[in-house]
Amino acid sequence: MTGLKLEVEGDTVVVVTRHFAAPPEKVFRAHTDPAIVQRWMLGPDGWTMPVCLLEARPGGRIRYEWSDGQGNGFYLTGEFLELDPPHRILHVERMHLPDPTPDNRIETRFEADGAGTKMTMRMTLPDAQTRAAMLETGMEHGMEASYQRLEALEA
Amino acid sequence: MTVTSLDTTFAALADPTRRAILAQLATGEATVGELAKPFAISQPAVSRHVRVLVDAGLVLQRVEGTKRPCRLAPAALTELDAYLDLLRRALETNYQRLDRLLADDDC
Repeated sequence: MTGLKLEVEGDTVVVVTRHFAAPPEKVFRAHTDPAIVQRWMLGPDGWTMPVCLLEARPGGRIRYEWSDGQGNGFYLTGEFLELDPPHRILHVERMHLPDPTPDNRIETRFEADGAGTKMTMRMTLPDAQTRAAMLETGMEHGMEASYQRLEALEA
Repeated sequence: MTVTSLDTTFAALADPTRRAILAQLATGEATVGELAKPFAISQPAVSRHVRVLVDAGLVLQRVEGTKRPCRLAPAALTELDAYLDLLRRALETNYQRLDRLLADDDC
């Protein structure tokens, strides 16, 4: 069991934890090397990430652009604040829908857990309303995968 | 659960006093008077918080003579958790892709 957990904490925090079989060095690289990120951070089946910019250094830029290949898409920008390979990443990001959402400050920790890694991602939003909106956006995007799978079954 | 009712639920949960009220109700039914005791705020203020929780579907209130005992509405919290579960599954789709990449030693 990978045991993904997603929990809300207080008014403004969302904490995601998950175990990976690979060691922290590899999991850290899979979060900071654009050629790798581009292959998994895709959301629903059918979506791709045509643009993936990750300048993994303090002050470095982040830019992800997603597309469903049918003219629908959105993008995210951000900046790295601190990196401590392979243990910790601190960055800020915002979605552009197309107006930018308030900054989401994200601390990601990778700890050795047996032969694998325990990842803890702590997202802090400026207020409760922004957090609710972010969870809703994430759900709408995720729901689409379920609908697409359903359509595939029905076809 | 619709996005509108989810907004209401999150807004209701956003207040620390209301979360404390929910925590107290988790131990059992209580009147507004009993709920007000641990707080340094008036009973009418607690009543207003209870009203927000009732409107959000998180708390049920019944009439018993002059008292209005409150209790948790378990269905509301189950719905909220079911909603968070959709997000968990969306994230899990990404991470299972990453698992496969890491296992294939492609990265």
